[in-house]
Amino acid sequence: MAERPKKTFLYLNRKAPYGTIYALESLEVVLIGAAFEQDVSLAFLDDGVFQIVEGQDASALGMKNFSKTYRALGDFEVRKLYVERESLAERGLSEADLMPIMWEDEDEDYAEKPSIRLVDRSEMTRLIGAADVVLSF
Amino acid sequence: MSTLHTVNKSPFERGSMASAFAHAVEGDAVLMIEDGVLGARKTGAFSPTITGRSGAVSIYALGPDLAARGVKAEDVADGVTIVGYDGFVDLAATHDRVCAWL
Amino acid sequence: MSAYAFNGMQIAHDEEGYLTDIAEWTPELAELIAKSENIALTPEHWEVVNFLRDYYEEYQIAPAVRILMKEMTKKYGKEKGDQKYLYGLFPYGPAKQACKIAGLPKPTGCV
Repeated sequence: MAERPKKTFLYLNRKAPYGTIYALESLEVVLIGAAFEQDVSLAFLDDGVFQIVEGQDASALGMKNFSKTYRALGDFEVRKLYVERESLAERGLSEADLMPIMWEDEDEDYAEKPSIRLVDRSEMTRLIGAADVVLSF
Repeated sequence: MSTLHTVNKSPFERGSMASAFAHAVEGDAVLMIEDGVLGARKTGAFSPTITGRSGAVSIYALGPDLAARGVKAEDVADGVTIVGYDGFVDLAATHDRVCAWL
Repeated sequence: MSAYAFNGMQIAHDEEGYLTDIAEWTPELAELIAKSENIALTPEHWEVVNFLRDYYEEYQIAPAVRILMKEMTKKYGKEKGDQKYLYGLFPYGPAKQACKIAGLPKPTGCV
Protein backbone atom coordinates (compact mmCIF):
# COMPACT_ATOMS: atom_id res chain seq x y z
CA MET A 1 0.00 0.00 0.00
CA ALA A 2 1.35 3.40 -0.94
CA GLU A 3 2.31 5.60 1.98
CA ARG A 4 0.23 8.72 2.12
CA PRO A 5 2.09 11.79 3.31
CA LYS A 6 1.46 12.45 6.99
CA LYS A 7 -0.61 15.45 7.87
CA THR A 8 0.10 17.57 10.90
CA PHE A 9 -2.82 17.76 13.31
CA LEU A 10 -2.90 20.34 16.07
CA TYR A 11 -5.46 19.87 18.83
CA LEU A 12 -6.21 23.23 20.42
CA ASN A 13 -7.29 22.84 24.06
CA ARG A 14 -8.66 26.01 25.65
CA LYS A 15 -11.12 24.83 28.33
CA ALA A 16 -10.65 23.74 31.91
CA PRO A 17 -11.56 20.11 32.68
CA TYR A 18 -14.76 18.90 34.48
CA GLY A 19 -16.86 22.08 34.04
CA THR A 20 -17.60 21.18 30.44
CA ILE A 21 -17.05 18.06 28.36
CA TYR A 22 -14.58 19.68 25.93
CA ALA A 23 -11.37 18.49 27.60
CA LEU A 24 -12.45 14.86 27.88
CA GLU A 25 -13.86 14.84 24.35
CA SER A 26 -10.60 16.23 23.02
CA LEU A 27 -8.59 13.55 24.79
CA GLU A 28 -10.82 10.79 23.44
CA VAL A 29 -10.55 12.12 19.90
CA VAL A 30 -6.76 12.30 20.26
CA LEU A 31 -6.60 8.67 21.45
CA ILE A 32 -8.85 7.41 18.68
CA GLY A 33 -7.09 9.57 16.09
CA ALA A 34 -3.69 8.24 17.20
CA ALA A 35 -4.50 4.97 15.42
CA PHE A 36 -4.24 6.80 12.09
CA GLU A 37 -0.55 7.49 12.58
CA GLN A 38 -0.56 11.16 11.70
CA ASP A 39 1.75 13.79 13.14
CA VAL A 40 -0.21 14.87 16.21
CA SER A 41 0.51 17.78 18.53
CA LEU A 42 -1.54 19.08 21.43
CA ALA A 43 -1.68 22.75 22.35
CA PHE A 44 -2.79 23.95 25.77
CA LEU A 45 -3.66 27.61 26.07
CA ASP A 46 -6.12 29.83 27.94
CA ASP A 47 -7.98 27.69 30.52
CA GLY A 48 -6.81 24.58 28.67
CA VAL A 49 -3.63 24.69 30.76
CA PHE A 50 -5.73 23.54 33.74
CA GLN A 51 -6.18 20.17 32.00
CA ILE A 52 -2.63 19.16 32.81
CA VAL A 53 -2.07 20.66 36.26
CA GLU A 54 -0.79 18.26 38.88
CA GLY A 55 -2.90 17.01 41.77
CA GLN A 56 -6.37 16.73 40.22
CA ASP A 57 -8.83 14.66 42.27
CA ALA A 58 -12.27 14.28 40.73
CA SER A 59 -13.34 11.43 43.00
CA ALA A 60 -15.85 13.51 44.99
CA LEU A 61 -17.50 14.57 41.71
CA GLY A 62 -18.12 10.94 40.80
CA MET A 63 -16.14 11.52 37.62
CA LYS A 64 -13.17 9.68 36.20
CA ASN A 65 -9.89 11.45 36.93
CA PHE A 66 -8.90 11.55 33.28
CA SER A 67 -5.85 13.69 33.98
CA LYS A 68 -4.00 10.36 34.44
CA THR A 69 -4.72 9.54 30.83
CA TYR A 70 -2.52 12.36 29.51
CA ARG A 71 0.44 10.36 30.82
CA ALA A 72 -0.51 7.51 28.46
CA LEU A 73 -0.26 9.73 25.38
CA GLY A 74 3.39 8.81 24.91
CA ASP A 75 2.33 5.17 24.38
CA PHE A 76 0.09 6.42 21.58
CA GLU A 77 3.03 8.23 20.01
CA VAL A 78 1.65 11.62 20.95
CA ARG A 79 4.79 13.29 22.23
CA LYS A 80 4.38 16.99 21.60
CA LEU A 81 2.34 18.87 24.18
CA TYR A 82 2.81 22.61 23.71
CA VAL A 83 1.84 24.81 26.63
CA GLU A 84 1.55 28.56 26.24
CA ARG A 85 3.67 30.45 28.76
CA GLU A 86 1.44 33.54 28.85
CA SER A 87 -1.66 31.43 29.59
CA LEU A 88 0.13 29.84 32.55
CA ALA A 89 1.36 33.18 33.87
CA GLU A 90 -2.06 34.86 33.59
CA ARG A 91 -3.45 32.10 35.82
CA GLY A 92 -0.66 32.26 38.36
CA LEU A 93 0.78 28.95 37.20
CA SER A 94 4.25 27.88 36.20
CA GLU A 95 5.75 24.75 34.66
CA ALA A 96 6.23 23.34 38.18
CA ASP A 97 2.42 23.17 38.58
CA LEU A 98 2.06 20.83 35.60
CA MET A 99 2.05 17.03 35.70
CA PRO A 100 5.23 15.45 34.41
CA ILE A 101 4.21 13.89 31.11
CA MET A 102 6.88 11.72 29.53
CA TRP A 103 7.34 9.46 26.54
CA GLU A 104 9.68 6.50 26.28
CA ASP A 105 12.25 6.41 23.53
CA GLU A 106 12.44 2.80 22.35
CA ASP A 107 15.61 3.55 20.43
CA GLU A 108 17.36 4.64 23.61
CA ASP A 109 16.41 1.72 25.88
CA TYR A 110 13.07 3.31 26.80
CA ALA A 111 14.69 6.47 28.14
CA GLU A 112 12.00 8.82 29.45
CA LYS A 113 11.80 12.18 27.71
CA PRO A 114 9.49 15.08 28.51
CA SER A 115 6.51 15.62 26.21
CA ILE A 116 5.64 19.07 27.56
CA ARG A 117 7.20 21.99 25.76
CA LEU A 118 6.62 25.52 26.99
CA VAL A 119 6.21 28.03 24.20
CA ASP A 120 5.45 31.70 24.18
CA ARG A 121 2.45 33.18 22.42
CA SER A 122 4.30 34.01 19.22
CA GLU A 123 5.53 30.43 18.93
CA MET A 124 1.99 29.14 19.59
CA THR A 125 0.79 31.41 16.79
CA ARG A 126 3.44 29.98 14.51
CA LEU A 127 2.40 26.40 15.41
CA ILE A 128 -1.22 27.15 14.51
CA GLY A 129 -0.07 28.58 11.21
CA ALA A 130 2.09 25.53 10.48
CA ALA A 131 -0.55 22.85 11.09
CA ASP A 132 -2.40 21.20 8.21
CA VAL A 133 -5.46 20.77 10.39
CA VAL A 134 -6.43 22.55 13.60
CA LEU A 135 -9.03 20.82 15.77
CA SER A 136 -10.49 23.07 18.47
CA PHE A 137 -11.94 22.03 21.79
CA MET B 1 -0.03 30.10 4.19
CA SER B 2 -2.77 31.82 6.14
CA THR B 3 -5.39 30.95 8.69
CA LEU B 4 -9.08 31.78 8.96
CA HIS B 5 -9.95 32.25 12.63
CA THR B 6 -13.62 31.92 13.51
CA VAL B 7 -15.09 33.29 16.74
CA ASN B 8 -18.59 32.28 17.78
CA LYS B 9 -18.74 33.63 21.35
CA SER B 10 -19.45 37.17 22.52
CA PRO B 11 -16.24 38.90 23.66
CA PHE B 12 -18.25 40.22 26.61
CA GLU B 13 -18.83 36.69 27.82
CA ARG B 14 -15.57 34.92 27.02
CA GLY B 15 -11.96 35.49 26.08
CA SER B 16 -12.22 33.65 22.76
CA MET B 17 -12.15 36.75 20.59
CA ALA B 18 -9.22 38.25 22.47
CA SER B 19 -7.37 34.94 22.06
CA ALA B 20 -8.20 34.77 18.37
CA PHE B 21 -6.79 38.25 17.79
CA ALA B 22 -3.76 37.49 19.95
CA HIS B 23 -2.95 34.49 17.74
CA ALA B 24 -3.75 36.03 14.35
CA VAL B 25 -0.86 37.19 12.19
CA GLU B 26 -0.59 39.39 9.14
CA GLY B 27 -2.46 37.86 6.25
CA ASP B 28 -4.86 35.91 8.48
CA ALA B 29 -8.59 36.56 8.63
CA VAL B 30 -10.91 36.71 11.63
CA LEU B 31 -14.56 35.92 11.01
CA MET B 32 -17.16 36.68 13.67
CA ILE B 33 -20.14 34.34 13.62
CA GLU B 34 -23.07 33.57 15.94
CA ASP B 35 -22.67 35.53 19.23
CA GLY B 36 -19.19 36.54 18.06
CA VAL B 37 -20.79 39.26 15.93
CA LEU B 38 -21.79 41.09 19.12
CA GLY B 39 -18.18 42.21 19.37
CA ALA B 40 -18.44 43.98 16.02
CA ARG B 41 -20.61 46.87 17.30
CA LYS B 42 -18.94 50.20 16.59
CA THR B 43 -19.88 51.66 19.98
CA GLY B 44 -18.88 48.51 21.87
CA ALA B 45 -15.74 48.11 23.96
CA PHE B 46 -14.19 45.67 21.49
CA SER B 47 -14.36 48.02 18.52
CA PRO B 48 -10.92 49.68 19.05
CA THR B 49 -9.24 46.24 19.05
CA ILE B 50 -10.95 45.38 15.80
CA THR B 51 -10.20 48.65 14.09
CA GLY B 52 -6.63 48.57 15.38
CA ARG B 53 -5.92 45.15 13.86
CA SER B 54 -7.89 45.65 10.66
CA GLY B 55 -4.79 46.66 8.68
CA ALA B 56 -2.80 43.46 9.07
CA VAL B 57 -5.70 41.07 9.61
CA SER B 58 -8.84 40.93 7.49
CA ILE B 59 -11.90 41.08 9.69
CA TYR B 60 -15.34 39.83 8.75
CA ALA B 61 -18.74 39.43 10.40
CA LEU B 62 -21.49 37.13 9.20
CA GLY B 63 -24.45 39.22 7.96
CA PRO B 64 -27.29 36.86 8.92
CA ASP B 65 -25.97 36.62 12.49
CA LEU B 66 -25.71 40.43 12.73
CA ALA B 67 -29.25 40.86 11.39
CA ALA B 68 -30.67 38.27 13.76
CA ARG B 69 -29.20 40.14 16.72
CA GLY B 70 -30.38 43.55 15.57
CA VAL B 71 -26.94 44.85 14.63
CA LYS B 72 -27.35 47.06 11.56
CA ALA B 73 -24.64 47.45 8.95
CA GLU B 74 -24.09 51.08 9.97
CA ASP B 75 -23.56 49.97 13.60
CA VAL B 76 -20.59 47.77 12.68
CA ALA B 77 -17.06 48.91 13.58
CA ASP B 78 -14.76 50.37 10.92
CA GLY B 79 -12.58 47.75 9.33
CA VAL B 80 -15.18 44.97 9.47
CA THR B 81 -16.47 43.53 6.21
CA ILE B 82 -19.91 41.97 6.31
CA VAL B 83 -20.20 38.67 4.44
CA GLY B 84 -23.00 36.18 3.76
CA TYR B 85 -22.80 32.39 3.91
CA ASP B 86 -21.22 32.32 0.46
CA GLY B 87 -18.53 34.67 1.73
CA PHE B 88 -17.92 32.34 4.67
CA VAL B 89 -17.39 29.45 2.25
CA ASP B 90 -15.02 31.54 0.11
CA LEU B 91 -12.99 32.50 3.19
CA ALA B 92 -12.70 28.87 4.28
CA ALA B 93 -11.61 27.91 0.77
CA THR B 94 -9.03 30.65 0.32
CA HIS B 95 -7.19 30.04 3.60
CA ASP B 96 -4.97 27.05 4.32
CA ARG B 97 -6.73 26.09 7.55
CA VAL B 98 -9.61 27.09 9.76
CA CYS B 99 -9.00 27.63 13.45
CA ALA B 100 -12.14 27.83 15.59
CA TRP B 101 -12.02 29.77 18.85
CA LEU B 102 -14.86 28.22 20.83
CA MET C 1 -29.89 -4.84 30.53
CA SER C 2 -28.22 -8.22 30.70
CA ALA C 3 -26.23 -9.50 33.65
CA TYR C 4 -23.83 -12.21 34.73
CA ALA C 5 -25.37 -14.48 37.38
CA PHE C 6 -22.60 -14.76 39.93
CA ASN C 7 -22.71 -15.99 43.55
CA GLY C 8 -26.41 -15.31 43.69
CA MET C 9 -25.92 -11.76 42.40
CA GLN C 10 -26.72 -10.14 39.08
CA ILE C 11 -23.69 -8.26 37.73
CA ALA C 12 -24.86 -5.94 34.96
CA HIS C 13 -23.05 -5.80 31.63
CA ASP C 14 -23.61 -4.06 28.30
CA GLU C 15 -24.80 -5.76 25.11
CA GLU C 16 -21.25 -6.93 24.36
CA GLY C 17 -20.54 -8.29 27.83
CA TYR C 18 -18.42 -5.43 29.28
CA LEU C 19 -19.17 -4.72 32.93
CA THR C 20 -21.38 -1.71 33.61
CA ASP C 21 -19.57 -0.99 36.87
CA ILE C 22 -15.90 -1.90 36.80
CA ALA C 23 -15.84 -1.84 40.62
CA GLU C 24 -17.87 -5.08 40.64
CA TRP C 25 -15.03 -7.10 39.15
CA THR C 26 -13.38 -9.90 41.12
CA PRO C 27 -10.96 -12.61 39.94
CA GLU C 28 -13.78 -15.17 40.39
CA LEU C 29 -16.02 -13.10 38.15
CA ALA C 30 -13.21 -13.04 35.59
CA GLU C 31 -13.32 -16.86 35.49
CA LEU C 32 -17.04 -16.69 34.78
CA ILE C 33 -16.72 -14.06 32.03
CA ALA C 34 -13.89 -16.11 30.49
CA LYS C 35 -16.09 -19.19 30.51
CA SER C 36 -18.79 -17.31 28.63
CA GLU C 37 -16.08 -16.48 26.08
CA ASN C 38 -15.03 -20.15 25.92
CA ILE C 39 -11.67 -19.44 27.50
CA ALA C 40 -10.19 -21.38 30.41
CA LEU C 41 -7.88 -18.95 32.18
CA THR C 42 -4.25 -20.07 32.51
CA PRO C 43 -1.41 -18.16 34.23
CA GLU C 44 -0.54 -16.77 30.77
CA HIS C 45 -4.05 -15.34 30.43
CA TRP C 46 -3.82 -13.87 33.91
CA GLU C 47 -0.56 -12.16 33.03
CA VAL C 48 -2.38 -10.22 30.30
CA VAL C 49 -5.50 -9.59 32.40
CA ASN C 50 -3.44 -8.28 35.31
CA PHE C 51 -1.35 -6.17 32.99
CA LEU C 52 -4.51 -4.56 31.59
CA ARG C 53 -5.89 -3.88 35.06
CA ASP C 54 -2.61 -2.27 36.15
CA TYR C 55 -2.54 -0.16 32.99
CA TYR C 56 -6.12 0.97 33.61
CA GLU C 57 -5.36 1.80 37.22
CA GLU C 58 -2.43 3.92 36.15
CA TYR C 59 -3.89 5.69 33.12
CA GLN C 60 -7.69 5.31 33.43
CA ILE C 61 -7.93 3.82 29.95
CA ALA C 62 -7.63 0.39 28.41
CA PRO C 63 -4.83 0.23 25.84
CA ALA C 64 -5.45 -0.59 22.18
CA VAL C 65 -3.91 -3.85 20.87
CA ARG C 66 -0.93 -2.08 19.37
CA ILE C 67 -0.05 -0.60 22.73
CA LEU C 68 -0.73 -3.82 24.61
CA MET C 69 1.80 -5.57 22.34
CA LYS C 70 4.38 -2.87 22.83
CA GLU C 71 3.99 -2.75 26.60
CA MET C 72 3.89 -6.54 27.06
CA THR C 73 7.13 -6.76 25.07
CA LYS C 74 8.70 -4.19 27.31
CA LYS C 75 7.54 -5.82 30.52
CA TYR C 76 7.73 -9.56 29.78
CA GLY C 77 9.83 -9.85 26.65
CA LYS C 78 9.31 -10.19 22.93
CA GLU C 79 7.47 -13.53 22.92
CA LYS C 80 4.82 -12.23 25.35
CA GLY C 81 4.17 -9.14 23.26
CA ASP C 82 3.87 -11.18 20.08
CA GLN C 83 0.63 -10.71 18.18
CA LYS C 84 0.22 -14.42 17.42
CA TYR C 85 0.85 -15.35 21.05
CA LEU C 86 -1.71 -12.83 22.31
CA TYR C 87 -4.32 -13.83 19.73
CA GLY C 88 -3.64 -17.45 20.69
CA LEU C 89 -4.70 -16.61 24.23
CA PHE C 90 -7.60 -14.36 23.25
CA PRO C 91 -8.83 -15.35 19.77
CA TYR C 92 -11.35 -12.51 19.53
CA GLY C 93 -8.73 -9.86 20.09
CA PRO C 94 -6.31 -9.59 23.00
CA ALA C 95 -7.34 -6.08 23.98
CA LYS C 96 -11.05 -6.45 23.31
CA GLN C 97 -11.59 -9.88 24.83
CA ALA C 98 -9.03 -9.63 27.62
CA CYS C 99 -10.44 -6.25 28.68
CA LYS C 100 -13.86 -7.81 28.98
CA ILE C 101 -12.47 -10.54 31.24
CA ALA C 102 -10.50 -7.94 33.19
CA GLY C 103 -13.75 -6.05 33.84
CA LEU C 104 -12.55 -2.99 31.93
CA PRO C 105 -14.33 -0.91 29.31
CA LYS C 106 -13.74 -1.65 25.67
CA PRO C 107 -10.35 -0.20 24.63
CA THR C 108 -10.39 3.32 23.27
CA GLY C 109 -10.11 3.28 19.52
CA CYS C 110 -11.85 -0.08 19.12
CA VAL C 111 -15.09 -0.11 17.17
